[in-house]
Amino acid sequence: MSQRWFRIVKTPVGIVGLGLLALIVLLAVFAPILWGDKASTVDTENILAGPSAQHWFGTDNLGRDLFFRVLVATRLSLTLTLVATALGTVIGLVLGTAPQLLGGRLGRLVTALVNVFVAFPGLLLVLVFAVIFGVGARGAVLAIGLAVAPGLARLCQTLVAGVAGLEYVAAARIAGVNRFRIMARHVLPNVAEPLIVNVTITAGAILLSFAGLSFLGLGVQAPEYDWGRLMQDGLSGIFVHPLAALAPGIMVVLAGLAFNLTGEAIAGVFGISTTTGTGTMQVPSGETPVTELRHDHEADGDLVLDVRDLSVTFPGVNGPVRPVRGVSFAIAVGEAVGVVGESGSGKSLTALAIAGLVEEPASVDARHLTFCGTDLLEEPANGQTHDKLLGTSLAVVFQDPMTSFNPTMRIGAQLAEVGRHHQGLDRKEASERAVDRLRAVRVRDPERRARQYPFEFSGGMRQRAMIGMGLMGSPRLIIADEPTTALDVTVQSQVLALLQDVRREEGAALLLISHDVSVVADVCDRVLVMYAGRIVEDLPTADLRTRARHPYTRALVAAVPAMTTDVDAPLATIPGHPVEPAQVPVGCAYAARCPLATQRCLEQDPTLTAGPGGSRVACWHATEPAEVLTAQEAIA
Amino acid sequence: MSTLEFDHVTVRYGASTVLDEVSLIVPDGEIVGLVGESGSGKSTLAKAAVGLAPVHGGQILLDGEPIRLRGRHRPVQMVFQDPFSSLDPRMTIGESIAEALYRPESGRLSRAGRRVEIARLLELVHLDAGRAGHRPGELSGGQRQRVALARALAGRPRLVIADEITSALDVSVQGAVLNLVREMQRELGLSMLFISHNLAVVRYVASQVAVLEGGRIVEHGPTAEVLGRPQHDYTRQLLAAIPGGHDTLTKETNA
Repeated sequence: MSQRWFRIVKTPVGIVGLGLLALIVLLAVFAPILWGDKASTVDTENILAGPSAQHWFGTDNLGRDLFFRVLVATRLSLTLTLVATALGTVIGLVLGTAPQLLGGRLGRLVTALVNVFVAFPGLLLVLVFAVIFGVGARGAVLAIGLAVAPGLARLCQTLVAGVAGLEYVAAARIAGVNRFRIMARHVLPNVAEPLIVNVTITAGAILLSFAGLSFLGLGVQAPEYDWGRLMQDGLSGIFVHPLAALAPGIMVVLAGLAFNLTGEAIAGVFGISTTTGTGTMQVPSGETPVTELRHDHEADGDLVLDVRDLSVTFPGVNGPVRPVRGVSFAIAVGEAVGVVGESGSGKSLTALAIAGLVEEPASVDARHLTFCGTDLLEEPANGQTHDKLLGTSLAVVFQDPMTSFNPTMRIGAQLAEVGRHHQGLDRKEASERAVDRLRAVRVRDPERRARQYPFEFSGGMRQRAMIGMGLMGSPRLIIADEPTTALDVTVQSQVLALLQDVRREEGAALLLISHDVSVVADVCDRVLVMYAGRIVEDLPTADLRTRARHPYTRALVAAVPAMTTDVDAPLATIPGHPVEPAQVPVGCAYAARCPLATQRCLEQDPTLTAGPGGSRVACWHATEPAEVLTAQEAIA
Repeated sequence: MSTLEFDHVTVRYGASTVLDEVSLIVPDGEIVGLVGESGSGKSTLAKAAVGLAPVHGGQILLDGEPIRLRGRHRPVQMVFQDPFSSLDPRMTIGESIAEALYRPESGRLSRAGRRVEIARLLELVHLDAGRAGHRPGELSGGQRQRVALARALAGRPRLVIADEITSALDVSVQGAVLNLVREMQRELGLSMLFISHNLAVVRYVASQVAVLEGGRIVEHGPTAEVLGRPQHDYTRQLLAAIPGGHDTLTKETNA
């Protein structure tokens, strides 16, 4: 926390903002003490004089030195700003937290009240309140403080409502913590940062408002003076002595900048995601082991996809981080291949990299990457990209069907867009094909459904439509990344069945990524097991439960309760944690969690080696019997 | 531990009836599994028992008495689905647990007493007591879920409700949490309402299963019986849909 606040000082914007702010605060504190007398000394010989060596900015109508008056006015301007900001913030917080604290009808009343006030322009509110509270400094403070309160209250309400809906607040309520304590301990600390940023920026606006009010004659009254007052006084002679009005104006600008830049700097620092790389980086020593694929039983022409040594690299704080480290596999025409692994194993990134969907700053490298016989690593000779090929021959289905559709466009139009863009169909043909494809993914009444928006589709239906979108072309490969994780079991089985049907009908291959071994086992011919950015085992699904050779695969299978699991024995668990991509150890990445690990595993990284029947495994102990992995009460 | 009884509980949000006269008993010291699809009302039933959902009809009884939903000591505690949002990121896990600690009527727990109790709870869920000073951000998903369980137990509840507590976890961690749930039940005699959409998980921890569909309980009985010889069509559908089952590739057109 304190580290983050400290980071503000390190940004250029922060340095300028805080520097200006410090200067203005110093002026506010010391200027009246040092120069208060000079600023009020009447010099009748120099009335309304221009700049001179004696009076740098000239003098006013009583011959008082304007330079010192501008400096001395800092205190009043700043004080008024801070008092009004404090007033606005306190009222804003009270109104903002009230709906949560009061609840029910009273809470809704407060919300409605704030909404009404937010609807009025701020300036209008200021003027109305200024008239109500009367001319003068106190009236101006009340007017401006009240006028900014609704905006802050609204922000506060929104932020509070966001946090109050979270489960830790519900948990605290269930634990019997009272609502005021929940607000103070759980809600406010978690909304503090955006509020502070906003209050800081509001302070800048308030400063300007004061200058404006005083300038209009509604604010500070003589003999008191703030910058706005000085500007008004200087205005009458602006063509003769422009500096008399400009100098206080410049101070307003500087002070406003100080508040806003500080606010920006705070916002910038807290906007930075804390999730990206602070870990220590160890790029795995040496090159990734070269693994050769065995294509004995199939000529290259039978392959839809051929990937060798695919890696994905992100720039990190302490050097590059590589979540995918040299993945090699091939998919034959019409084959269904599953990828399983824990979160963070690199399985989704592998799929995205193949589809060309990995975005900057990450980079994708491979020794060999062909899709339908086209080398994706080389730019096509005619200066085009591979978009057309990928657009028509590759279909991608994501986990969350809600976010993969544009919520403001009709489903049919979104499907049709693919046909128009990639296949050059005209509008009518594309719409017809969209309806036809929706029918192909067994959406009932496709003509009507095509005219509906994504929110009118259930999760399962959206996933069907997503598959339908992939079928607008004639896909050779469907990449499905956790396509059923967000769905209910019954819907899941329907979507999986649909994927199977589509495969059969279109002759497309399938790359199915899932954390659920049983889903993959149901649908796929072959499984790739990934761990720490590598394939550690590649085997037929039929062998998954009985003949897996990698200890990780066996543990993964044993850890999932099935309908046949022995209810009386504890479930197998995998002790320890998955490897962080930034901290891949030397040797086998799984060694720290592996019951079979020996000294060799800690020192040497096993390569993915082909075994009998075309399966591959990366383990020094792959040949050892499986009985070591008994169910164990491990402490993960 | 105690018996929790839902007696013809009805919950409505606006015009839609989410729970329709649901009656269910969680017997003393047993784990009752509650299964059903999203939207069937599983989570609403849980929320009703802890006062987070408005009950429009029927009553919820704990050992025959209407359940207490106000005041400092709440007899029913809950563990949530997402271990990443169920712990306050600003508070150490020790503070989170301390907040929920049971306070005797006579007064406050001493600082030392609190520390001992937090350490005991952390060890109960197999976490190192030295972790009390850590923030949730330093823990893995599985570890956080154990902290959430420890917090639920801190209030000395008479019953715990677990709402999809493993569905946000990796399979490798899920097993450890399920083992822990069973261990708690065996050693503390914990009564628990265990909500999940995963039948295999429910089968593993629960002695009884209730199947919820559209806000009504359509089937209820001992786990082996309900899952082995399902009587209701909907239960059969759920069973057929489990991946790895034999009947999964049935063609259905209405998702």
